[in-house]
Amino acid sequence: MTRTPLRPLARILRARETGENPDAIERENVARRNEAIRDRSRGRAEGRLVVLCLFFVVAFGGIAARMGLLAASEPAEPVTETMTAPIHSARADIVDRNGRLLATNFLTHALYAHPRQMVDPARVARELARIFPDMREDDLRRRFADGRSFLWLRRVVAPEQMQAVHEIGDPGLLFGPREMRLYPNGRLAAHVLGGASFGAEGVQSAEVIGTAGVEAMLDTRLRDPGQAGVPLALSLDLRVQAAVAELLQAGMAMMNARGAAAILMDVKTGEVLALVSLPDFDPNDRPAAAVTGDPSDSPLFNRAMQGVYELGSTFKIFAVSQAMELGLVNPDTMVDADAPMRWGKHLIKEFKNKNYGPLLSVSDIITKSSNVGTARIALMIGPERQKAFLGSLGFFVPTTLEVIEAAKARPLVPARWPEIVTITTSYGHGMSASPMHLAAAYAAIANGGVMVPPTLLKRAGPVEGVRVMREEVAKAAVAMLRRVVTEGTASFGEVEGYEVAGKTGTADKPKKGGGYLKDKVINTFAAVFPASDPKYVLVVTLDEPVETSGPEPRRTAGWTSVPVAAEIIRRTAPLLGLRPLAPPPAAAQVTAAGN
Amino acid sequence: MRPLLYLSTALGLMALAFWAYRENYATQATLREITRLRAEIADLSEALAMQRAEWAYLNRPERLRDLVALNFDRLPLLPLEPGQLQAVDRVALPPPPPAAGLSGAVDVSGEFLPGEEDPL
Repeated sequence: MTRTPLRPLARILRARETGENPDAIERENVARRNEAIRDRSRGRAEGRLVVLCLFFVVAFGGIAARMGLLAASEPAEPVTETMTAPIHSARADIVDRNGRLLATNFLTHALYAHPRQMVDPARVARELARIFPDMREDDLRRRFADGRSFLWLRRVVAPEQMQAVHEIGDPGLLFGPREMRLYPNGRLAAHVLGGASFGAEGVQSAEVIGTAGVEAMLDTRLRDPGQAGVPLALSLDLRVQAAVAELLQAGMAMMNARGAAAILMDVKTGEVLALVSLPDFDPNDRPAAAVTGDPSDSPLFNRAMQGVYELGSTFKIFAVSQAMELGLVNPDTMVDADAPMRWGKHLIKEFKNKNYGPLLSVSDIITKSSNVGTARIALMIGPERQKAFLGSLGFFVPTTLEVIEAAKARPLVPARWPEIVTITTSYGHGMSASPMHLAAAYAAIANGGVMVPPTLLKRAGPVEGVRVMREEVAKAAVAMLRRVVTEGTASFGEVEGYEVAGKTGTADKPKKGGGYLKDKVINTFAAVFPASDPKYVLVVTLDEPVETSGPEPRRTAGWTSVPVAAEIIRRTAPLLGLRPLAPPPAAAQVTAAGN
Repeated sequence: MRPLLYLSTALGLMALAFWAYRENYATQATLREITRLRAEIADLSEALAMQRAEWAYLNRPERLRDLVALNFDRLPLLPLEPGQLQAVDRVALPPPPPAAGLSGAVDVSGEFLPGEEDPL
């Protein structure tokens, strides 16, 4: 900018010549300069105003745009960004020891209604009643009309039913996802698995909680989100379980029994490979517990674990092995077995009032199943020691099996233990225990005298147990049990190649008020095989069996439980990979032929 | 020197702004992709669980037993018998191969069996 002087010399001189006032020129110039300065500052102020305006326009425009965007966009829930995989199945699967599925989850839908959003409640009620036969149209119409805004219609709908409901096309009918427990094998292992039902229910999900069996006992483990992806492996073998269930069902029908139970157990690890109780039920559609009548008549009743019975002569081996353990007798010691035996006011008799006496070797007492001989041995042991020994075999406490029912099945033990109880207990009367207790105790004998707690969970290998008798004693006891099959009461139990050893037991069923029922027995066969190196224990119990092939009905275990057990061993031993010890000759001679 | 500094700063700022803009959208796209993949994984694992359940259901021992009974004519299947398990020394091994090194002519002439077609 060029600065114009206030009094330019040329104009001043010219003004002086013409006689004008040169101050006027100066004033004019001052006025002009002031005007220029004013113009400039106004322009600057105007510019600043524009910038400020622009700033406000941009700022408020931005806010307006964001508000518009928020108003116009669809609302979305904020999602937390975590890098872990989301859990889909809230409840862990249950598999058998070979990984075959026993229980899994299944996505279905629950149906609920918002009656206030319904277009035509009358039509919805009519259509729903057509799709679901158990719904009543007038009932539905009443519930739709009573002013509530939400109502559950069905906990689980099948896909085709869901499609049919979709086809009604009413906006008031809505579906929520539901995880449902599914037992693909149906009735198989029903008593072990138990069942599951819904706990707390919401629209989007529902809690699945175990109601019985392993599902209830290990509910916390199965629901643990950290282990949801890891299936729970049971000790059961699905193939063996299926074979045992099939044969036991057939045996129960053939022997006209009311119920039956079988337990197959690995003696080294204590793992239960098969556990069957008949009659059974479908855990997918678990029946309601019986409110009236005898609970043991319900199919829900687990005879193998909850059925606390007097187990009869199967107990004799415990008295004999304890006497051998204490050094009181050896297998060849002769014992007074003169029947009947009088003890106070009681008369101890043999089966069918026989007399095996006057003297019988200890081994023959087991083979012939002599009550009197066992009673004499028990008296040698005495009540205190007998009680302690049975206690060490676990007969006074519930088993530790991982099902919720096991803890409730407490053996019935006499409150006092006089000598008459010692006598009756030695042959399995007067105290009651479950077949599971018996299997665990026989497993201790079969396992060389080491008691391993039974389990329904897969174990990695043999576990440390508690020694309850010397190894030689256990061996001698198994040898005696072997003689029961080769020459004694369980001759139908022989399975070629598997050296079955075992003891039969026939116990009269107790009456409600006391005393025993006539012609109603519980037959038990507790088997150990193979006798030379025992690996498995099988206990078969039949409730009120009667064998009718002969002229007279037979109710002894040797005629009922033993053949069933033999058939089970014949079928399951190959499945367990057990090779027959002395292989039977091949059925057909295979000749090598070249061509 | 100063204008150059200002210019380079301004250009750097613009470049960074452009980068940040791109990164922002790339992140959002990746998050959307993760959500989509996660939903897909959930769907697939659900389908897998369903298939496993169906497999177990179709292979339940009861059904297999019925199928074996139904198809007994075609595939006579019987339960495993103890006699089928034998010691290794009882297994008939294949016969030793014929001695190698044939010498002389081998007579392969013969008659066709009745009913057999002439292969030539």
